[in-house]
Formats: sequence, C-alpha cells, structure tokens
Amino acid sequence: MIGSGPPAIDIRGPEPSGSRWRDLTSEQGARGALIAAASTVVVVSAALWWILTSETWPAVQQQFFNPENFAESWPAIVGGFWLDVRMFLVAEVAILVLALLLAVVRALRGPAFFPLRALTVVYIDLMRGIPIILLILLLGFGIPALDLPGVPRSRMFWGLTALVLSYSAYTAEVYRAGIESVHESQRMSARALGLTQWQALRHVLVPQAVRNVVPALLNGFVSLQKDVALVYILGIREAVREAQIYNARTFNYTGYVVAAVLFLLVSVPVARFTDWYSERDRRRKRAG
Amino acid sequence: MRSRLMTTLALVLALVAVACGGDDDATTTTAAGDGTGTTMAAGDDCAVENLELVTPGTLTVATGEPAFPPWVLDDDPSLGEGFEAGLVYAVAEQMGFTADQVVWIGTDFNEAIAPGPKDFDFNIQQYSISAERDEVVDFSDGYYTVKQAMVAFADSPAASATTVADLQDLRLGAQIGTTSLDYIEDVVQPTAPASVYDTNADAKSALDAQQVDALVFDLPTAFFITAVEMPDTTIVGQFETPGEGAEELGMLFADGSSLVGCVNTALAAVVDDGTLADLEQQYLANGGDIPTITP
Repeated sequence: MIGSGPPAIDIRGPEPSGSRWRDLTSEQGARGALIAAASTVVVVSAALWWILTSETWPAVQQQFFNPENFAESWPAIVGGFWLDVRMFLVAEVAILVLALLLAVVRALRGPAFFPLRALTVVYIDLMRGIPIILLILLLGFGIPALDLPGVPRSRMFWGLTALVLSYSAYTAEVYRAGIESVHESQRMSARALGLTQWQALRHVLVPQAVRNVVPALLNGFVSLQKDVALVYILGIREAVREAQIYNARTFNYTGYVVAAVLFLLVSVPVARFTDWYSERDRRRKRAG
Repeated sequence: MRSRLMTTLALVLALVAVACGGDDDATTTTAAGDGTGTTMAAGDDCAVENLELVTPGTLTVATGEPAFPPWVLDDDPSLGEGFEAGLVYAVAEQMGFTADQVVWIGTDFNEAIAPGPKDFDFNIQQYSISAERDEVVDFSDGYYTVKQAMVAFADSPAASATTVADLQDLRLGAQIGTTSLDYIEDVVQPTAPASVYDTNADAKSALDAQQVDALVFDLPTAFFITAVEMPDTTIVGQFETPGEGAEELGMLFADGSSLVGCVNTALAAVVDDGTLADLEQQYLANGGDIPTITP
C-alpha cells in the first residue's frame, strides 16, 4: 500500500517532539490542516443545524440564553460568586494543611505509631465514603441543633468544615501516593545519614512527594472550586443559589448560564496552568 | 423512477385525505352524541374525548414530590385528602373524568418549568401566578388567594414583633421560588439578605439550628407547621397584601395548552357550587385570629 499515493506520513518513523507544528506548516501538514478545518466546519455546522432547527429551540433560547435575563441576573450572581471564591480560598488552605498532616501520620513507620495510623485510615475511609452533600447537611443542620455550649452555630463554618473534612481525606491520599512514589532508597539514605524518621519525612520525602503530585493537587483545586457551591443547601446565597432564586422567580434559566460562565472563568485558567506546570516539570526533569 | 415516486406521493396524499375525512366524520358523530348528555355550556370542545391530553382518556396531574400538607395530606394525592388534592378531584369530576381516570405524577419544581414537552396535563403545587412566569408557561385562574405569615419559636425575641421595622434586623429565611421570599425582600427588606432553602423542611432545620430567627410561609403552611410539625413555634403575624393586588395560586400548564379554557370552566363551576369554599373551610381554615404585621 505504501507508495501507491503521495509520500505517506507514517513511513517517516517516530517524530521528534515538537514537530507537530512543523508538520502543520509543511506541504503534507497544510493538507492535513485543511482537512481538519473542513471536518471541524462540517461537524460544528451539522451540530448547530441540528440544534437550531429543533422545534423548541426558540423557547430554549428565550429561557436559557436571553441577553436581558443575563444582564438582570448578573449582579446578584456575581456577588454570590465572590462569596464562592472566598470560601474556596479558606477551605483550600485548610485542606492542604490537614491533608498533609494526615498523609505524614499515615506514612510514619514503627509499631508505636499504629494507633495514629489506624485512626487516619478510619478517618479517610469515613470522610471519603460519605457523600459531601450529606456531610454538609449533617454538620450544617445537625450539630447546631444539638445546642452544645461553645459550639458555633454558623452554617458557613459547618458547611466549610464538611468540605474540608471530605476533601482533606481525598487530598491525603494524593499526598500519600506522592510519598510512596519517592524511591525507598531516599528514605534509607536519609536514615543512614542519621536523620530521624520525622526529619527524613520533613526534609527528604515530603518535598519530593509534593513536587510529584502538584498536578493532582491542582486537579483537586478545580474540583473544590465548584464544590464549594454545595453549601447553598444550608441557605447560603452563593452563585448557584442566586441563579436558582432567579430561575424560580422568573422561570428563566439564563442565570444558570451566568453562573456556569463565572465558574469557567476560574477553572479553565487553572486547568491551563496545570498543563503548563506539568509540561515545565517534565522538561526540567529531562534536563536534570 | 420519477413517475413511480409521483405515484407513491399521490397515493399517500389520497390516503391522508381519506383518513382526514374519516376523522371529521368521527368527531362530528361523537360530539353530537355527547352533546345531548352534557350539561356544561362548553360541552363540545371540553368533552373528555376531545381534550388534548398527555394520555388520552386520563387526566394526568402533577404535584410536588414530596407533597406537603395541608395542600396534600399523607403525601398521597390519590387519596383526595388535602386542599389541592380535593380540588383536583372536584375539577376533574366537572370535566367529566371519573376518579379512576385521574393519574398523579410527582415532579420537581424545575422539571415542571423546563422548556419542551410536558408529561402532565397540569401541575398543581402552590404556584403563584405572575406575569413573568406567564411568559414561559400558562396558568389557570386563581384557586386560592395567598397570605404570607411569619413563624418563630414562641420563646424567641422574634415572636414579639408587631411591625415590619421590628423584623428588619432579624435573620429571616424562606423556601426558594415562593412568594414568601419575595415578601421578605420587597416588604420587610431586612438588613441581612434572606436565607433561601430548597424545601420547607430545610428551612425548618435552619430554624431548629437557630441559624435563622424566623421563617416566612404562606398562611396555611404556617398553620400546619405551628400546629403539628413544630408545636413550640408560633405564628408571629400575617402580612398585609401589598398594593398591586392579591397573590393567587394557579394550576400550571405548558405554554399554549388547549386545556386551560376547559379547566377554567370547570374551576368556575367548582367555585359556583360552593365546593371550593368547603375545601377551604375543611383544610385551610385558620385557627383563631392572627395579628397582622403592620408596616
């Protein structure tokens, strides 16, 4: 088959990294780019035609993508989103600290630490096993109703606590994977140099571990950035709740689109940053 | 090839014509036959067999899931107990349905208002009629005029409020999508924005957790909560209806539904023969004088 057409791309063997762009600009690639563009136009037009000729599209457009409703719902939803951002920042810091603590305790060796290790395992199993929304409801409405002296009643406090408890369990496992990915010889060498178990973790294992799991941690960022919205169930008026209020009053869904756009404005840059960071890290590792 | 296509087309057209003709005949006969036995003025168009129903021959009615008293008792509308459940059976009977022909389905609030085909003939779950909402769906005439009332723990400072000014510094809450929420925002205008909950149940949890000082419900719901569900709460007072006109509850239809007229005719009959007033007396009657919260 080879040779029956123009020189085929697949006989050149493995391409050197970074050749994709060069490919697109070469003669062969120019044709490829043309085909890619044409196929994109066809697929997108077909999808648009399919949607826009739907019988209910005018109604859907009125109810979901109405510029007037967009403008009308915007101020309240942006205000709510600002609350989301602040809740996210507070929760994220707490999660990173608590999760690292859990992972380190779980990584401790020696029979003396068994109760601590067991406790972290139980904690992680419990907190990862309960759906976040239930955790928020149970803590947010349940604990204040117990009427214990000195215990805060604030739903913001308990809503964020539920998020921190759940996410720290996941994040602890991310850290643990990072710690376990550091070669055993690193720990042995550190101990051989006379470092205590704690010092080996602090100066040798954890720094390498964290570097390995940064992309996974950033992934958790994106996830949490959206999940903070779940505290709306406690009556907190953040972006999703404001959008729901608007929807319930007007029967118009444009507010949901407003909220989605706002969340995207934050999560897409974080996703790009994660990609950029991993790529840079890979290059550095290759270089070093 | 072409001529065969034309022949086929002609054949199809002929068949359609025949079918339509047959249909017309059928409609005329049934309408005529039915007209003799029906007492309703709009009998012909509103006869059960002429209605455009989701499932022909049955009236598919949607309500909340769960449905709350006093609107629907025991979360089972098919028992016909509760103000809205009772009303639906009365209206259905007027329209010529037997009780067996009424089928209930549960819908979420969002399901009911989303664009696209509906799987119910109408939906009844204390929807307040508003011009904004009317653009997207259709409403029947009002079947109940709502008043809003405030509920708080009897031993709390909120319970002694008598004027709107007394309420402004309180932490208030209401269920999403209710006029109660509009009342807090438009009439009370509290210093802290109202807390908004998915359901009345969540709102009650927040009151129990003392995360809010008082909640606003429609008066019948407030009666039920203070009398049955949370006996240590009390109705602080009811609100005066603001100038623009009373809030009315209506049944919700898909936009452009052909049923609205027929349901309104039946509803008017239920009002005229006193059934609606009886239902109101049975399920929504208030237990004594409720003070009005003055502006």
